[in-house]
Amino acid sequence: MRRVAVVGVGQSKFGELWDKGFRDIVLEAGREALEDADLEGKEIEAIFVGNMSGGRYLGQEHIAALIADYAGLAEFGIPATRVEAADASGGLAVRQAYMAVASGMHDIVIAAGAEKVTDVGDPMEILSASVDIEWERFVGGNLPALYAIIARLHMETFGTTEEDLALVSVKNHRNGALNPKAQFRREIRVEDILNSPYVAEPLKLLDCASVSDGAAAVILASEDVAKKITDTPVFIEACTQSSDYLALQSRKDILSMKSVVKAARDAYRLADVGPEDIQVAEVHDSFTIAEILAYEDLGFAEKGKGVELIREGVTEIGGKIPVNPSGGLKACGHAVGATGVRQIVELTLQLRGEAGNRQVDAEKGLALNIGGTGATAVVSVLGR
Amino acid sequence: MIGIVSYGSYIPKFRIKVEEIARVWGEDAKKIKGGLGVHEKSVPDVDEDTATIGVEAAREAVKRAGIDPEEIGAVFVGSESHPYAVKPTATIVGEALGVGNDYYAADLEFACKAGTAGMQICFSMVKAGMIKYGLAIGADTSQARPGDALEYAAAAGGAAFIIGKDPIAEIEATYSFTSDTPDFWRRDLQPYPSHGGRFTGQPAYFRHVISAARGLMERYSYKTEDFDYAVFHMPNAKFPVRAARMLGFSDEHIGQGLVVRAIGNAYSGSSLLGLAATLDVAEPDERVLLVSFGSGAGSDAFALRVTDKIKEFEREPKVWDKIERKVYVDYAIYLKHRRKIKA
Amino acid sequence: MVPRSWRKIRYRYDVRGSYCENCGNYHYPPRNFCPTCRRKGKLVETLFPEEGRVVSYTVVREKEPYIIALIELDNGARVLSQLSCEPGEVKIGMRVKKAFRRYGEDGEDGIIHYGTKFVPVD
Repeated sequence: MRRVAVVGVGQSKFGELWDKGFRDIVLEAGREALEDADLEGKEIEAIFVGNMSGGRYLGQEHIAALIADYAGLAEFGIPATRVEAADASGGLAVRQAYMAVASGMHDIVIAAGAEKVTDVGDPMEILSASVDIEWERFVGGNLPALYAIIARLHMETFGTTEEDLALVSVKNHRNGALNPKAQFRREIRVEDILNSPYVAEPLKLLDCASVSDGAAAVILASEDVAKKITDTPVFIEACTQSSDYLALQSRKDILSMKSVVKAARDAYRLADVGPEDIQVAEVHDSFTIAEILAYEDLGFAEKGKGVELIREGVTEIGGKIPVNPSGGLKACGHAVGATGVRQIVELTLQLRGEAGNRQVDAEKGLALNIGGTGATAVVSVLGR
Repeated sequence: MIGIVSYGSYIPKFRIKVEEIARVWGEDAKKIKGGLGVHEKSVPDVDEDTATIGVEAAREAVKRAGIDPEEIGAVFVGSESHPYAVKPTATIVGEALGVGNDYYAADLEFACKAGTAGMQICFSMVKAGMIKYGLAIGADTSQARPGDALEYAAAAGGAAFIIGKDPIAEIEATYSFTSDTPDFWRRDLQPYPSHGGRFTGQPAYFRHVISAARGLMERYSYKTEDFDYAVFHMPNAKFPVRAARMLGFSDEHIGQGLVVRAIGNAYSGSSLLGLAATLDVAEPDERVLLVSFGSGAGSDAFALRVTDKIKEFEREPKVWDKIERKVYVDYAIYLKHRRKIKA
Repeated sequence: MVPRSWRKIRYRYDVRGSYCENCGNYHYPPRNFCPTCRRKGKLVETLFPEEGRVVSYTVVREKEPYIIALIELDNGARVLSQLSCEPGEVKIGMRVKKAFRRYGEDGEDGIIHYGTKFVPVD
């Protein structure tokens, strides 16, 4: 296995992008990544695209070839592959690209993630197709409802409160206000969250990330190529993936995502680090409770003690381990298949020291991207 | 000896008071209660219908019988509120009970007497040796046009009877009286029934109920004194009380089965819930007269003799216990439950 | 859509799952492959207990609010189901029993979906 570096990153703005189509935002992210890497399109050897549901969000399948085409790469005939694991699709695209380079098969590969959700259908309903449609969705269990069931049990078991959950949202909005690519750039207060309507008790509207349009792209290269292209390579020291039972009812313990625990353990081993070495993290806060679970399952806190990190400001920018300095899914907007790639974009900027006024001081970063309620988890450890 | 091997019942837990309905329509609740003898009626939940009521009643019957559901060879569901116009309720019940695929089944419709018609069919099939057990259900979530006099009584509920050999109550005899009498009807695609007002009384209810009861007694040589209990179809409390008196029964004979006062008229479930309430307390060798009535019109009369088997038969919870477990709703919630208003 | 829900009727109308005779675990929905014993597993279909307790729940605040609960049945199997009761009544640990109810319909002219819900044990 060869070492793999991120040599270029790009991202469209996330949000309700009424005047832009799927092809526009993908191109925007891809062009920015190429410019960042100072590469030409013809130097790209393969494309991996994370996209959850082109079929339902756009009525368009065959997304990878479409992207290669509109990126002007059709003449080169490079392999273009779409990967899917619900809202972990982006993380998966990065991992596929990582493996393609690490294996020696390719030297320069692009991993993109993109979702255009505001054109057709109900964005959250389609995202809820990530749960077990026949046994969870049938009884009314959409994605917010299932996370709410986890949140309720976490509150009952560990004394977590609705205010604690709100603090996650407050932090991420505060960070998002510093991120020009974020959808929501407005700070909110605990009362705003507590006063927002319930979606699925105990989760309220402002506990939930909005499902948004967006695209992100990262260009990966082998170590020797990377060193020729850039002075600031950020290395992917591990990129792991794990799965779990699809439905909550099949899991013995819903207070821990087994997939996250395993992917993190594998990533720490491969990168030869421990949770204490991570200095910045981008985690999957599709719902506020998910960020608390992430603290615990990634080993930042003991099980049941995750809330202490948010109560004590440990995960703020300037805290011991800043989590979601980008604003996370909550403030950036959750562009489904783009989210996992956007997390790598953010970590790269942070580790390069190019994150502007949301910059943290870090040499090691971790990204956690989750599919559905945790049946897929992708963990990446990056270092400069 | 063929008869009722087991029975079960189901009454939705919601109730609306006559006062609440009268309040909405500016009527005098006292007069209505005096006229109908009904104080409140049962209201189904938003997720309940004839199929769910039928399944719940039948599950109780199967559990009490202690039989393997696959021994049931026939399922008949009598109702005038089948969830589908075309597609049987009986198959939903059969599947939910785990009857298998080896059974006779049909939905029946004869206004409020379709459930007793199912009992007669099961009785005949057992007698003919075609089946070991037959399941007959009478269940309804009856609709009434808002503001119509029917609205004060049109209720929801049902009862299920397993017919077979070695019964807790032998069907000694059954007899029907039928004529073409349009006292109450609902045309295809119409949401609410129409009725002939006072025409539903003498030429319809009383003529058929009394003729069926007398016909049964004459043909099979019973006298009024041979019966310890009598149960009649209960469109309201007045009609069955008057019918009982016409046949020489006292109020004591019918009180146990007079569930209409507390839950209203559950149409196909009405007389069968009355029978279930009566069997809840009947002793061996007591005899019950059951007379249903279905508009259109006809009555099915049964002479039932309770056997020793009833002593070891599980009768808890009793119908009257279920009647007592209730939650009141106001008229707006009632409209929502009956899907007359939708979000 | 009709064939897909039709295939599940047997397991939705009543709580029928699988039991592995090798390891003694129950699964709902039924599986045709035991995740514990894998190839050594001996799965049989079985009717699950009528009662259980609420592990956790939520009230989904849609136009017509409904309650979803994760329920642990008395054989240890977990089932996600709707609870048919008032939101204020529900508590973690509450005993519940199965009830046959309507889950919805495919529009006014479509099929009606029935299934198992749970109600408080009185």
